[in-house]
Amino acid sequence: MAQAVEGRTPSGPAGFRAIYERYSPLLVPVLAVFTALVLGALMIGLTGGDWLAAYIGLWQGSFGSPRAIADTVVRSTPFIICGLGVALGFKAGLFNIGAEGQLYAGAVCVVVVGTVLQLPPVLHIPLGIIAGALGGAAWAAIAGILKARTGAHEVINTIMLNYIAIRLTDWLIKSKTPYILGDPADASGARTRFIADSARMPGIPVGDTTMLHLGILIAVALVFLADWFLKRTTVGFELRTAGVNANAARYAGISVPRTIVLAMALSGMMAGIAGAGEVMGVRYALNADFFSGLGFDAIAVALLARTNPIGILFAGLLWGGLLTGARLMQVRAGLSIDVIKIVQALIIMFVAADQIVRFIYRIPQRRAGEETMISKGWGGG
Amino acid sequence: MTQNGQDRPVVLEARGITKRFPGVIANDKVSLTLRKGEVLALLGENGAGKSTLMNILYGLYHQDEGEILVNGEPIRASSPHDSIQRGIGMVHQHFQLVPVMTVAENVILGNEVTRGGAILDLRRAAEQIRTISRQYGLEVDPEALVADLDVGAQQRVEIIKALYRNADILILDEPTAVLTPQEADDLVRVMRTLTSQGKSLIFITHKLREVLEVADRIVVLRSGRVVGETTPAQASEASLAAMMVGRSVLLQVEKDAAHPGAPVLEVRGLCVRDDRRLMAVNGVDLEVRAGEILGIAGVQGNGQTELVQALTGLRVPEAGVVRIAGQDTTGATPRRISELGVAHIPEDRQRDGVVTSYQITDNAVLELYYLEPFARGIVRDDAAITRHAEQLVKQFDVRTPSVHVPASSLSGGNQQKLIVAREFTRDLKLLIAAQPTRGIDVGSIEFIHNQIIRKRDEGVAVLVVSAELDEILALSDRIAVMYHGRIVATVQNGELTREQLGLLMAGAGTAQQ
Repeated sequence: MAQAVEGRTPSGPAGFRAIYERYSPLLVPVLAVFTALVLGALMIGLTGGDWLAAYIGLWQGSFGSPRAIADTVVRSTPFIICGLGVALGFKAGLFNIGAEGQLYAGAVCVVVVGTVLQLPPVLHIPLGIIAGALGGAAWAAIAGILKARTGAHEVINTIMLNYIAIRLTDWLIKSKTPYILGDPADASGARTRFIADSARMPGIPVGDTTMLHLGILIAVALVFLADWFLKRTTVGFELRTAGVNANAARYAGISVPRTIVLAMALSGMMAGIAGAGEVMGVRYALNADFFSGLGFDAIAVALLARTNPIGILFAGLLWGGLLTGARLMQVRAGLSIDVIKIVQALIIMFVAADQIVRFIYRIPQRRAGEETMISKGWGGG
Repeated sequence: MTQNGQDRPVVLEARGITKRFPGVIANDKVSLTLRKGEVLALLGENGAGKSTLMNILYGLYHQDEGEILVNGEPIRASSPHDSIQRGIGMVHQHFQLVPVMTVAENVILGNEVTRGGAILDLRRAAEQIRTISRQYGLEVDPEALVADLDVGAQQRVEIIKALYRNADILILDEPTAVLTPQEADDLVRVMRTLTSQGKSLIFITHKLREVLEVADRIVVLRSGRVVGETTPAQASEASLAAMMVGRSVLLQVEKDAAHPGAPVLEVRGLCVRDDRRLMAVNGVDLEVRAGEILGIAGVQGNGQTELVQALTGLRVPEAGVVRIAGQDTTGATPRRISELGVAHIPEDRQRDGVVTSYQITDNAVLELYYLEPFARGIVRDDAAITRHAEQLVKQFDVRTPSVHVPASSLSGGNQQKLIVAREFTRDLKLLIAAQPTRGIDVGSIEFIHNQIIRKRDEGVAVLVVSAELDEILALSDRIAVMYHGRIVATVQNGELTREQLGLLMAGAGTAQQ
């Protein structure tokens, strides 16, 4: 009885219920965003700002003009790719907090391939992306192997690997005796040499400063590839089964340790590709503080999308849009950038702790099993 | 005690209780009365609405319609706390005890005896517990750690917990499910003592024999409705089963004599450690031949779980040899063992046997997903998977509106049928069925038993592990009794009586060896 009893859907005409069933996964994220914006408006009002002007600025700065849209898309690309990586981890029951470190690991490999090799673009660009993918995958696989072999929790290990990756990158860039990745021509010594032109991603210039590079196409392709992989392949099935019920996976003959390593590697691979996109499409070099939290924002993006690959496309665009529009919002309403950060934090709070949104809007609990993927990563699993 | 007791005061009454869940009416105008000093048995299959009704009485759910009266007074039980205040206690099927605490600490938890408002007075608590123990014949040491107690004693602690909170009405949810026959007898004695001292009991079960043994009155629920009320004097096992299921049921499976062939499963000197690194299986020798059913009888927790895990590759044995169909499978992976033609009905179906959030389709190919025709290379063929699932559902009568609903929406019996369907439709040499009918309805039990016997008749070697002695007796050709990690006896079915087997299960007879 208990099982049959868990699921509660609002009663009503059959048509309404069908629509509700279809779109109910969207309800909480959308309401979370809405609630956060309302609270954000309240806060802007309380600090003496004009919330309407602020939000108009936010909209115009993020989606209001072709240039704004291009900026948003470029800004969103790494969130989408990296968010996919985090989501793949969640699907396998793993909480990969190490996207930040995996971004650096991938980016360092890209810089090496991009600065050392001399190749035609048709080879150099794919090779750069592959280098990034492998770098991120290898870095994440360390945490995967540790978990599979010893049971060491991936949350702790990926956090530690973040520190190691960031400090290692820092050293690789700043070392002067000898120069390793650092650029002797750069007086500040805070960035690597620029990658070769042949390794730079092609794009369409929009306005003076924006280059709408190839990355977004890669991101969209990866979104659909990840969706297909999870739903339609046996490996994706193994990964999901290990994530949702490791006991049943073992019973079904799936090697859970192997799946853990694979899932971590795939997760890190995405982060590495995101890092490659940033180096090859935006900055053409790597700074020590390049990503400044991108890997953590990716966790938020994955949660906002409830780990659904298609959802991540939109969550990533929302995230990039909020950041891109913040500048104009700041100007229009005389606000500090902190307000945007607070709105973002509120969104995540409402999505991650969806009980709050469900409480505010009286939405019934979801069925048992539906949300195990996200909550599992927190446990000792 | 067996007099009808119409003159005794009604202590609890439910009037027209209705509780709806989406798509289900769990309770449909259910009415029942409980009189002082009686045992009211609430009988019904899983999914009949027993648990919902009890949860309403206990305040965990709230009814949509109807009212509840305690001692003639209408109440709105809104939480278990309220119910306890009104003298309603519940002993859950799964004990709510903290293993690392003592009996006394567990009993007073949430209702602590203190000195000066803050300091625990465990000595006084222990004294109170001893008083309750003596009064109702509930033998237990207040200073013992719960983790060290056997299941029967833990259950007594649960009952003491309720009595300590001055419960006059006790709801016992499937209390005998985890007990040996002897422990169950002890429980019956305790129940008699409780009623003789004026306590009233609601006894939830699906075991017919026990109902006839202890109940004063019997209420039968089916599909959320009360379908009958009777007394043990007027009822028989067959009539109760028919009321529960709504049709007559064969309680005894019909089977011919076995024709054992060559050994399929051979186990020599098997030792397996459990999660706490203790030797749970300690030198087990077994042999199961093609075309025979070997039943392993034993109280839960005597190493059966670890034995099955070692045989199916889920746990690596410490020592010993396992051979399946002539091949050494000691420490082999679950997949290799499965590919040898071994099917496994796991004892905990929700943990191992199904992924409850997956649709029936995915569950139908849980171990076969990587094989043709369900996958080509690494690409799954959803159409083939759906066809297979639809066929299983039809062939094994899994009641579901569609194969595209999550397994969690199936009742326990139907989940089990789905597992049986999946496992039985493979090419089999050996079938390992652990607790194959635990917690499922009579109709499904009958069906699954018949399927197991049909597999035997097809020449499959069958190992059945069950804590239900009745099930072992019904299915087995030979019976092995497991106690403390060892096989203490292996006999032909029929050589020993129920009582003799029960004694072996409880460890008696091991002393002579």
